[in-house]
Amino acid sequence: MARALINAPAKAKRGEIIEIKTLISHNMETGFRPDNTGKPVPRDIITDFICKYNGQEIFRAELFPAIAANPFLTFFTVATESGTLSFEWTGDNGFTANESVNITVE
Amino acid sequence: MRPIAAVVFATAVLSATAIAAEIPLAERKSGYEFMGRETRAMQDDDTVNPAMLWVLDGEALWNRKEGSAAKSCADCHGDARASMKGVAARYPAFSAARGRPVDLEQRINICRTEQQQSTPLPLESKELLALAAYVGRQSRGMPIEIADDERTKPFLQAGRELFTQRQGQLNLSCAQCHDDNWGQKLAGAAIPQGHPTGYPLYRLEWQALGSLQRRLRNCLFGMRAISYPLGAPEYVDLELYLMWRARGMPVETPAVRP
Repeated sequence: MARALINAPAKAKRGEIIEIKTLISHNMETGFRPDNTGKPVPRDIITDFICKYNGQEIFRAELFPAIAANPFLTFFTVATESGTLSFEWTGDNGFTANESVNITVE
Repeated sequence: MRPIAAVVFATAVLSATAIAAEIPLAERKSGYEFMGRETRAMQDDDTVNPAMLWVLDGEALWNRKEGSAAKSCADCHGDARASMKGVAARYPAFSAARGRPVDLEQRINICRTEQQQSTPLPLESKELLALAAYVGRQSRGMPIEIADDERTKPFLQAGRELFTQRQGQLNLSCAQCHDDNWGQKLAGAAIPQGHPTGYPLYRLEWQALGSLQRRLRNCLFGMRAISYPLGAPEYVDLELYLMWRARGMPVETPAVRP
Protein backbone atom coordinates (compact mmCIF):
# COMPACT_ATOMS: atom_id res chain seq x y z
CA MET A 1 0.00 0.00 0.00
CA ALA A 2 1.09 3.51 -0.71
CA ARG A 3 2.85 5.43 2.03
CA ALA A 4 0.97 8.39 3.43
CA LEU A 5 1.86 11.07 5.95
CA ILE A 6 -0.85 12.85 7.94
CA ASN A 7 -0.27 15.91 10.05
CA ALA A 8 -3.31 16.83 12.17
CA PRO A 9 -3.32 18.03 15.78
CA ALA A 10 -3.92 15.24 18.32
CA LYS A 11 -5.66 17.73 20.65
CA ALA A 12 -7.74 20.84 19.95
CA LYS A 13 -10.15 23.17 21.75
CA ARG A 14 -13.82 22.99 20.80
CA GLY A 15 -14.54 25.44 17.99
CA GLU A 16 -10.87 25.82 17.09
CA ILE A 17 -9.90 25.95 13.42
CA ILE A 18 -7.38 23.19 12.75
CA GLU A 19 -5.14 22.57 9.76
CA ILE A 20 -4.83 19.09 8.31
CA LYS A 21 -1.94 18.22 6.00
CA THR A 22 -1.82 15.04 3.91
CA LEU A 23 0.93 13.65 1.71
CA ILE A 24 0.78 10.37 -0.22
CA SER A 25 3.28 8.56 -2.43
CA HIS A 26 2.02 8.18 -5.99
CA ASN A 27 3.66 8.56 -9.41
CA MET A 28 0.74 10.55 -10.91
CA GLU A 29 1.62 9.35 -14.42
CA THR A 30 -0.13 11.84 -16.69
CA GLY A 31 -0.92 9.60 -19.66
CA PHE A 32 0.64 12.14 -22.01
CA ARG A 33 4.27 11.03 -21.77
CA PRO A 34 5.79 8.66 -24.33
CA ASP A 35 7.96 5.76 -23.19
CA ASN A 36 11.30 4.74 -24.80
CA THR A 37 9.50 3.24 -27.79
CA GLY A 38 7.32 6.29 -28.40
CA LYS A 39 4.06 4.79 -27.09
CA PRO A 40 2.21 6.86 -24.53
CA VAL A 41 2.50 5.57 -20.95
CA PRO A 42 -1.07 4.89 -19.78
CA ARG A 43 -2.53 7.33 -17.30
CA ASP A 44 -2.17 6.29 -13.66
CA ILE A 45 -3.26 8.99 -11.24
CA ILE A 46 -5.16 9.45 -8.01
CA THR A 47 -8.56 10.80 -9.01
CA ASP A 48 -10.34 11.40 -5.71
CA PHE A 49 -9.61 12.27 -2.12
CA ILE A 50 -12.13 12.32 0.71
CA CYS A 51 -11.71 13.28 4.35
CA LYS A 52 -14.36 12.27 6.87
CA TYR A 53 -14.72 13.51 10.43
CA ASN A 54 -16.54 10.87 12.50
CA GLY A 55 -18.05 9.48 9.31
CA GLN A 56 -19.20 12.81 7.95
CA GLU A 57 -17.54 14.10 4.80
CA ILE A 58 -15.80 17.43 5.48
CA PHE A 59 -13.46 17.74 2.49
CA ARG A 60 -13.31 16.27 -0.99
CA ALA A 61 -10.95 16.87 -3.89
CA GLU A 62 -10.79 15.70 -7.48
CA LEU A 63 -7.29 15.29 -8.87
CA PHE A 64 -6.19 15.63 -12.49
CA PRO A 65 -3.14 14.73 -14.64
CA ALA A 66 -1.52 18.15 -14.14
CA ILE A 67 -1.03 17.49 -10.42
CA ALA A 68 2.54 16.61 -9.46
CA ALA A 69 3.69 13.24 -8.11
CA ASN A 70 3.20 12.55 -4.38
CA PRO A 71 0.18 14.87 -4.00
CA PHE A 72 0.17 17.11 -0.96
CA LEU A 73 -3.24 18.40 0.16
CA THR A 74 -3.87 20.72 3.05
CA PHE A 75 -7.17 22.09 4.32
CA PHE A 76 -8.89 23.41 7.43
CA THR A 77 -11.83 22.32 9.53
CA VAL A 78 -13.44 23.24 12.83
CA ALA A 79 -12.76 20.90 15.76
CA THR A 80 -16.29 20.02 16.94
CA GLU A 81 -15.96 16.74 18.86
CA SER A 82 -13.47 14.02 19.76
CA GLY A 83 -13.22 11.18 17.29
CA THR A 84 -11.56 10.03 14.12
CA LEU A 85 -10.45 11.78 10.97
CA SER A 86 -10.33 9.28 8.11
CA PHE A 87 -8.73 9.81 4.75
CA GLU A 88 -9.36 7.92 1.54
CA TRP A 89 -7.57 8.20 -1.79
CA THR A 90 -8.84 6.40 -4.89
CA GLY A 91 -7.47 6.35 -8.41
CA ASP A 92 -6.76 4.57 -11.69
CA ASN A 93 -6.11 0.80 -11.82
CA GLY A 94 -8.10 0.22 -8.66
CA PHE A 95 -5.79 2.34 -6.48
CA THR A 96 -7.07 2.85 -2.94
CA ALA A 97 -5.35 3.98 0.24
CA ASN A 98 -6.80 4.66 3.68
CA GLU A 99 -5.44 6.35 6.75
CA SER A 100 -7.01 7.62 9.96
CA VAL A 101 -5.95 9.65 12.96
CA ASN A 102 -7.64 10.33 16.28
CA ILE A 103 -8.37 13.77 17.65
CA THR A 104 -9.32 14.77 21.19
CA VAL A 105 -11.47 17.88 21.51
CA GLU A 106 -11.70 19.55 24.91
CA MET B 1 36.68 58.38 -7.81
CA ARG B 2 38.14 58.34 -4.30
CA PRO B 3 41.07 55.97 -3.77
CA ILE B 4 39.19 53.61 -1.40
CA ALA B 5 36.23 53.36 -3.74
CA ALA B 6 38.62 52.69 -6.62
CA VAL B 7 40.28 49.87 -4.69
CA VAL B 8 36.89 48.36 -3.81
CA PHE B 9 35.84 48.61 -7.45
CA ALA B 10 39.07 47.03 -8.68
CA THR B 11 38.75 44.19 -6.13
CA ALA B 12 35.16 43.56 -7.19
CA VAL B 13 36.18 43.31 -10.84
CA LEU B 14 39.13 41.09 -9.97
CA SER B 15 37.11 38.74 -7.81
CA ALA B 16 34.43 38.47 -10.48
CA THR B 17 37.01 37.37 -13.04
CA ALA B 18 39.26 35.35 -10.72
CA ILE B 19 39.88 31.81 -11.92
CA ALA B 20 38.80 28.76 -9.89
CA ALA B 21 39.34 30.28 -6.46
CA GLU B 22 38.10 27.99 -3.73
CA ILE B 23 35.29 29.39 -1.58
CA PRO B 24 36.59 30.37 1.89
CA LEU B 25 35.21 28.00 4.54
CA ALA B 26 33.23 30.74 6.32
CA GLU B 27 31.49 31.83 3.09
CA ARG B 28 30.09 28.45 2.22
CA LYS B 29 26.32 28.17 1.89
CA SER B 30 24.08 25.16 1.55
CA GLY B 31 21.79 24.97 -1.49
CA TYR B 32 19.00 25.50 1.07
CA GLU B 33 19.96 29.17 1.34
CA PHE B 34 19.40 29.71 -2.38
CA MET B 35 15.86 28.31 -2.30
CA GLY B 36 12.55 30.13 -2.13
CA ARG B 37 10.45 30.33 1.03
CA GLU B 38 7.98 27.63 -0.09
CA THR B 39 10.68 25.08 -0.94
CA ARG B 40 12.41 25.74 2.38
CA ALA B 41 9.11 25.15 4.18
CA MET B 42 8.85 21.75 2.44
CA GLN B 43 12.23 20.71 3.76
CA ASP B 44 11.68 22.11 7.25
CA ASP B 45 8.55 20.11 8.07
CA ASP B 46 8.92 16.32 8.00
CA THR B 47 5.20 15.86 7.43
CA VAL B 48 5.38 18.01 4.31
CA ASN B 49 8.74 16.78 2.97
CA PRO B 50 7.91 14.15 0.31
CA ALA B 51 11.35 12.55 0.80
CA MET B 52 10.06 11.27 4.16
CA LEU B 53 7.90 8.80 2.20
CA TRP B 54 11.17 7.15 1.11
CA VAL B 55 12.54 7.31 4.65
CA LEU B 56 9.47 5.37 5.86
CA ASP B 57 10.08 2.77 3.12
CA GLY B 58 13.73 2.63 4.16
CA GLU B 59 12.77 1.94 7.76
CA ALA B 60 10.63 -1.01 6.64
CA LEU B 61 13.48 -2.32 4.44
CA TRP B 62 15.95 -1.96 7.31
CA ASN B 63 13.91 -4.46 9.31
CA ARG B 64 13.11 -6.87 6.44
CA LYS B 65 15.03 -10.16 6.24
CA GLU B 66 16.84 -10.51 2.92
CA GLY B 67 18.87 -13.01 0.92
CA SER B 68 19.90 -16.59 1.63
CA ALA B 69 21.34 -15.50 4.98
CA ALA B 70 17.81 -14.38 5.93
CA LYS B 71 19.24 -11.42 7.85
CA SER B 72 17.93 -7.90 8.05
CA CYS B 73 20.07 -4.80 8.41
CA ALA B 74 18.73 -4.57 11.97
CA ASP B 75 19.97 -8.09 12.82
CA CYS B 76 23.57 -6.83 12.64
CA HIS B 77 23.23 -3.08 13.16
CA GLY B 78 20.31 -2.95 15.59
CA ASP B 79 18.37 0.29 15.88
CA ALA B 80 19.50 2.55 13.04
CA ARG B 81 18.70 5.63 15.11
CA ALA B 82 21.68 4.76 17.31
CA SER B 83 23.97 2.68 15.09
CA MET B 84 23.70 4.80 11.93
CA LYS B 85 24.01 8.17 13.67
CA GLY B 86 26.77 10.10 11.92
CA VAL B 87 27.54 7.36 9.38
CA ALA B 88 26.29 9.20 6.29
CA ALA B 89 28.34 12.25 7.33
CA ARG B 90 31.50 10.18 6.80
CA TYR B 91 30.68 8.81 3.33
CA PRO B 92 32.15 8.23 0.75
CA ALA B 93 34.62 6.32 2.97
CA PHE B 94 37.66 4.21 2.16
CA SER B 95 36.96 0.50 1.84
CA ALA B 96 40.07 -1.59 2.53
CA ALA B 97 38.53 -4.56 0.73
CA ARG B 98 37.90 -2.53 -2.44
CA GLY B 99 41.10 -0.49 -2.19
CA ARG B 100 39.18 2.70 -2.93
CA PRO B 101 36.41 4.88 -1.50
CA VAL B 102 32.82 3.67 -1.75
CA ASP B 103 29.71 5.80 -1.37
CA LEU B 104 26.77 5.02 0.90
CA GLU B 105 24.74 3.27 -1.81
CA GLN B 106 27.71 1.06 -2.71
CA ARG B 107 28.30 0.34 0.97
CA ILE B 108 24.67 -0.80 1.36
CA ASN B 109 25.07 -3.10 -1.64
CA ILE B 110 28.31 -4.55 -0.24
CA CYS B 111 26.37 -5.43 2.93
CA ARG B 112 23.59 -6.94 0.83
CA THR B 113 25.87 -9.20 -1.18
CA GLU B 114 28.38 -10.14 1.51
CA GLN B 115 26.32 -10.20 4.72
CA GLN B 116 22.78 -10.89 3.52
CA GLN B 117 23.94 -13.12 0.62
CA SER B 118 21.48 -11.34 -1.63
CA THR B 119 21.61 -9.57 -5.00
CA PRO B 120 22.72 -5.93 -5.06
CA LEU B 121 19.92 -3.41 -5.45
CA PRO B 122 20.06 -1.56 -8.79
CA LEU B 123 21.59 1.90 -8.43
CA GLU B 124 18.93 4.62 -8.38
CA SER B 125 16.24 2.03 -7.56
CA LYS B 126 13.51 3.05 -5.14
CA GLU B 127 14.67 0.50 -2.54
CA LEU B 128 18.32 1.58 -2.54
CA LEU B 129 17.39 5.27 -2.37
CA ALA B 130 14.96 4.50 0.47
CA LEU B 131 17.65 2.71 2.50
CA ALA B 132 20.20 5.45 1.80
CA ALA B 133 17.67 8.10 2.82
CA TYR B 134 16.82 6.22 6.02
CA VAL B 135 20.50 5.83 6.94
CA GLY B 136 21.22 9.43 5.90
CA ARG B 137 18.32 10.74 7.99
CA GLN B 138 20.06 9.48 11.15
CA SER B 139 22.91 11.96 10.55
CA ARG B 140 20.75 15.04 10.04
CA GLY B 141 22.31 18.09 11.66
CA MET B 142 25.68 16.42 12.15
CA PRO B 143 28.79 17.96 10.55
CA ILE B 144 30.18 16.33 7.41
CA GLU B 145 33.50 14.71 8.27
CA ILE B 146 35.44 13.17 5.40
CA ALA B 147 38.71 11.37 6.16
CA ASP B 148 41.61 13.29 4.64
CA ASP B 149 44.48 10.82 5.05
CA GLU B 150 47.07 8.90 3.06
CA ARG B 151 44.50 6.40 1.79
CA THR B 152 41.92 8.90 0.56
CA LYS B 153 44.35 11.57 -0.65
CA PRO B 154 44.84 10.24 -4.22
CA PHE B 155 41.07 9.93 -4.68
CA LEU B 156 40.41 13.39 -3.25
CA GLN B 157 42.98 14.71 -5.71
CA ALA B 158 41.31 12.83 -8.60
CA GLY B 159 37.96 14.32 -7.56
CA ARG B 160 39.41 17.81 -7.39
CA GLU B 161 40.86 17.39 -10.87
CA LEU B 162 37.48 16.31 -12.22
CA PHE B 163 35.88 19.33 -10.54
CA THR B 164 38.28 21.82 -12.12
CA GLN B 165 38.73 20.12 -15.49
CA ARG B 166 36.97 21.70 -18.47
CA GLN B 167 34.83 19.21 -20.33
CA GLY B 168 31.98 18.80 -22.80
CA GLN B 169 30.96 20.80 -25.84
CA LEU B 170 30.43 23.88 -23.68
CA ASN B 171 34.01 23.50 -22.40
CA LEU B 172 32.98 24.16 -18.80
CA SER B 173 34.31 22.90 -15.50
CA CYS B 174 32.24 22.40 -12.34
CA ALA B 175 34.38 25.06 -10.64
CA GLN B 176 33.49 27.74 -13.18
CA CYS B 177 29.89 27.70 -12.00
CA HIS B 178 30.11 26.52 -8.40
CA ASP B 179 33.33 28.24 -7.23
CA ASP B 180 33.46 31.32 -9.47
CA ASN B 181 29.85 32.21 -10.21
CA TRP B 182 27.70 30.93 -7.36
CA GLY B 183 24.85 33.26 -6.47
CA GLN B 184 24.45 34.33 -10.11
CA LYS B 185 21.64 33.09 -12.30
CA LEU B 186 21.70 30.39 -14.93
CA ALA B 187 18.53 30.44 -17.03
CA GLY B 188 16.62 32.07 -14.17
CA ALA B 189 17.76 29.57 -11.53
CA ALA B 190 20.25 30.47 -8.82
CA ILE B 191 23.67 28.79 -9.13
CA PRO B 192 24.39 27.20 -5.75
CA GLN B 193 27.86 26.42 -4.44
CA GLY B 194 27.36 22.72 -5.07
CA HIS B 195 27.64 21.31 -1.57
CA PRO B 196 26.06 17.84 -1.42
CA THR B 197 24.68 18.25 2.10
CA GLY B 198 21.26 16.64 1.64
CA TYR B 199 21.56 13.57 -0.60
CA PRO B 200 19.65 11.52 -1.42
CA LEU B 201 17.20 14.38 -1.87
CA TYR B 202 13.79 15.13 -3.30
CA ARG B 203 14.11 17.29 -6.35
CA LEU B 204 10.88 18.96 -7.45
CA GLU B 205 12.04 18.72 -11.07
CA TRP B 206 12.44 14.94 -10.71
CA GLN B 207 9.24 14.57 -8.65
CA ALA B 208 11.20 11.87 -6.87
CA LEU B 209 14.17 11.11 -4.67
CA GLY B 210 17.54 10.95 -6.42
CA SER B 211 21.19 10.35 -5.56
CA LEU B 212 24.15 12.69 -5.89
CA GLN B 213 25.30 10.63 -8.87
CA ARG B 214 22.02 11.37 -10.64
CA ARG B 215 22.58 15.06 -9.94
CA LEU B 216 26.14 14.90 -11.28
CA ARG B 217 24.86 13.23 -14.48
CA ASN B 218 22.41 16.12 -14.76
CA CYS B 219 25.24 18.66 -14.59
CA LEU B 220 27.39 16.72 -17.10
CA PHE B 221 24.42 16.54 -19.47
CA GLY B 222 23.99 20.30 -19.12
CA MET B 223 27.65 20.81 -19.98
CA ARG B 224 27.12 18.52 -22.99
CA ALA B 225 29.82 16.26 -21.63
CA ILE B 226 29.84 12.48 -21.75
CA SER B 227 28.44 11.19 -18.46
CA TYR B 228 29.81 8.11 -16.77
CA PRO B 229 27.65 5.05 -16.10
CA LEU B 230 26.02 5.04 -12.64
CA GLY B 231 28.41 3.68 -10.03
CA ALA B 232 31.54 4.68 -12.00
CA PRO B 233 34.63 5.36 -9.84
CA GLU B 234 34.85 8.88 -11.34
CA TYR B 235 31.55 9.79 -9.67
CA VAL B 236 32.70 8.42 -6.31
CA ASP B 237 35.94 10.46 -6.52
CA LEU B 238 33.88 13.55 -7.30
CA GLU B 239 31.42 12.76 -4.49
CA LEU B 240 34.37 12.35 -2.11
CA TYR B 241 35.87 15.68 -3.14
CA LEU B 242 32.51 17.48 -2.93
CA MET B 243 31.80 16.09 0.53
CA TRP B 244 35.29 17.09 1.66
CA ARG B 245 34.68 20.54 0.18
CA ALA B 246 31.50 20.70 2.35
CA ARG B 247 33.34 19.45 5.48
CA GLY B 248 31.86 20.77 8.69
CA MET B 249 28.54 21.73 7.09
CA PRO B 250 25.47 20.03 8.63
CA VAL B 251 23.84 17.04 6.90
CA GLU B 252 20.30 17.89 5.70
CA THR B 253 19.29 14.45 4.41
CA PRO B 254 16.69 14.04 3.05
CA ALA B 255 16.67 17.56 1.64
CA VAL B 256 14.32 19.19 -0.87
CA ARG B 257 15.65 21.12 -3.85
CA PRO B 258 13.93 22.84 -6.78
